[in-house]
Amino acid sequence: MGLDFSVVPGYLDTLLLGSLWTISIMLVSALISFFIGILLAVIALYAPAIIRYPFRLFAFVFMGTPLLLQLFLIYFGLNQIGIDLPAFVAGVIGLGLHFAVYNSDIIQAGILAVDKGQYEGARTLGLSRGQTIRKIIVPQAVRTVTPPIGNNMVALLKDSALVSVIGVTELTLSAQLAISNTFRPFEFYVAAAACYYVINLGLEYGLRKVELRIQAAR
Amino acid sequence: MTDEKPFIDVRHAQKRFGDLEVLKDIDLRVNKGQIVAIIGPSGSGKSTLLRAINDLDPLSGGEVWLEDKQVNKQLPPRQYEKHINKVRQEIGMVFQHFNLFPHLTVRQNITLAPKMLKGISDAEANQLAEAQLAKVGMSERIDFYPSQLSGGQKQRVAIARALAMNPKVMLFDEATSALDPELVEEVNLVMKALAAEHMTMIIVTHEMGFAQSVCDRVLFMDEGVVVEEGPPEVIFKNPKHERTRNFLRKHLAG
Repeated sequence: MGLDFSVVPGYLDTLLLGSLWTISIMLVSALISFFIGILLAVIALYAPAIIRYPFRLFAFVFMGTPLLLQLFLIYFGLNQIGIDLPAFVAGVIGLGLHFAVYNSDIIQAGILAVDKGQYEGARTLGLSRGQTIRKIIVPQAVRTVTPPIGNNMVALLKDSALVSVIGVTELTLSAQLAISNTFRPFEFYVAAAACYYVINLGLEYGLRKVELRIQAAR
Repeated sequence: MTDEKPFIDVRHAQKRFGDLEVLKDIDLRVNKGQIVAIIGPSGSGKSTLLRAINDLDPLSGGEVWLEDKQVNKQLPPRQYEKHINKVRQEIGMVFQHFNLFPHLTVRQNITLAPKMLKGISDAEANQLAEAQLAKVGMSERIDFYPSQLSGGQKQRVAIARALAMNPKVMLFDEATSALDPELVEEVNLVMKALAAEHMTMIIVTHEMGFAQSVCDRVLFMDEGVVVEEGPPEVIFKNPKHERTRNFLRKHLAG
C-alpha cells in the first residue's frame, strides 16, 4: 500500500474541527493553569502552614504522577463516585491542574526574584502585605515568568493530545477517526502533525505579542 | 533637652541577630521640626536604628513612639498589620537604592499609595503627583518609567513618592550613597528644601558636609551604641570621644 495523500482533503473538515477543539482545550487549560498557578504560588510562599501543606501535597501528587493517569482518574474515576464530568471538562481540568503545578514553580521563582527593596518600598508607604503582593510583587514577577510559562504552554498544547484517550474529539482523535475509515495512518498522522505545527506557530506568535507588551512597560 | 514632648521617642532600643548585638540600649528623641543626622562606620547599627522607627526591622527590646502612638506595639498579627500600615503612612522613608516600582510610571509610583490608602480620586491623585514632582523638580518626567531616569532623578521621585502620603516625619537611609558624585547635589538640594519647611527628618548619612550644614543634631554611633551626640558644630569641630575623632579624621580627610 503506497502513500496517497489525496485522501486527506476529504477529511479536512474533520481535521479542522479537531484543530478547533485542540485550540479550545489549549486556551481553557492554559487559563486554568495560569490562574491556579498564581494561586498555588502565592499559597506556597505566603500562606500559613496549615493551608500550605495540603496544597504542597496536591502539587506533589500532580507533579509526580503521569498526566494520562490523572486524566483517567478525573474522567473515569470521578464518574464512579458519582461526579459525571463531560470529557472536555475533565480534560481541561486535568491539563489545567497539571500545568498549574509547573506554572506555580515558575511563578514562585519569579516572585522570589523580585528585589526585597520593592516589598520594603511598598510596605513603608503603608500598603498591606496583600496589597504589596498584588500591586507590586506579582506584576513584576509576571515579567520574568512569561517566557518560561510560554514554553510550558507549548508543552501543554502537545500534551493536549492525551485527552483523546478520554474521548474528546480533538485533533489526534479526529485523525484516528479518519484513519479508521481509510486505513491510512501515515497520511493522517502527518496531516495531524502539520496541524499541530500550525497551531504551535500561532501560539508562539501570540506568546511573543504578550511578551512584547509586558516587556514594553520597562 | 527642652521640656517639649518628643515627636519621635525611641527608648532602650535593643536589636539582636542571634548572638550579635546590633543595637545596645539606644535612646533617641527627636522633636517636631528637628533634623537629626546619624553618622558612624558601616555596621555601627545606624540603619538598623532608622529601620526600627517604622518597624521595618523590629526591635528585640525597647519602644518606639511617634507622638502619642507606640509604633512597635505588641498586637495579634492581624491587628498589628492594621496598626502598622496606619502608622507607616505617617512615616516617609527614602532608601539608598530608591526602591521605585519599575513597572509603574513616575506618576503611578506616586499616586499608587494615596489612591489605595486614602481613597482619593484619579484627578486628585494626579494633582498630588504634579505638585510633589514640581517640588522636587521632576515635573517633565511624570510619564517616564524609572529605568529612564538617572539615579539622582530616581531618588527625587522616591522623595516625592514618600511626601505624597503627607508624612509627619521623613527617614533617609543613606539616600545619596548609591549615587554618582555629580548627582548627589540635586538630591541634597531637595532635602535642604524639606529642611527649610521644617519637616522632621532623621538622616543616616556618610556625607559629613551635608550633616554639618543641614542638621540640628548629630548622633555618632559605633558598635551599637551612641558614642556621642550634640549640635553639629560640637560633633564636627570639637568631638569629645576618641572614636568620634578617629572616624571623622578618616571621613573628612577622604
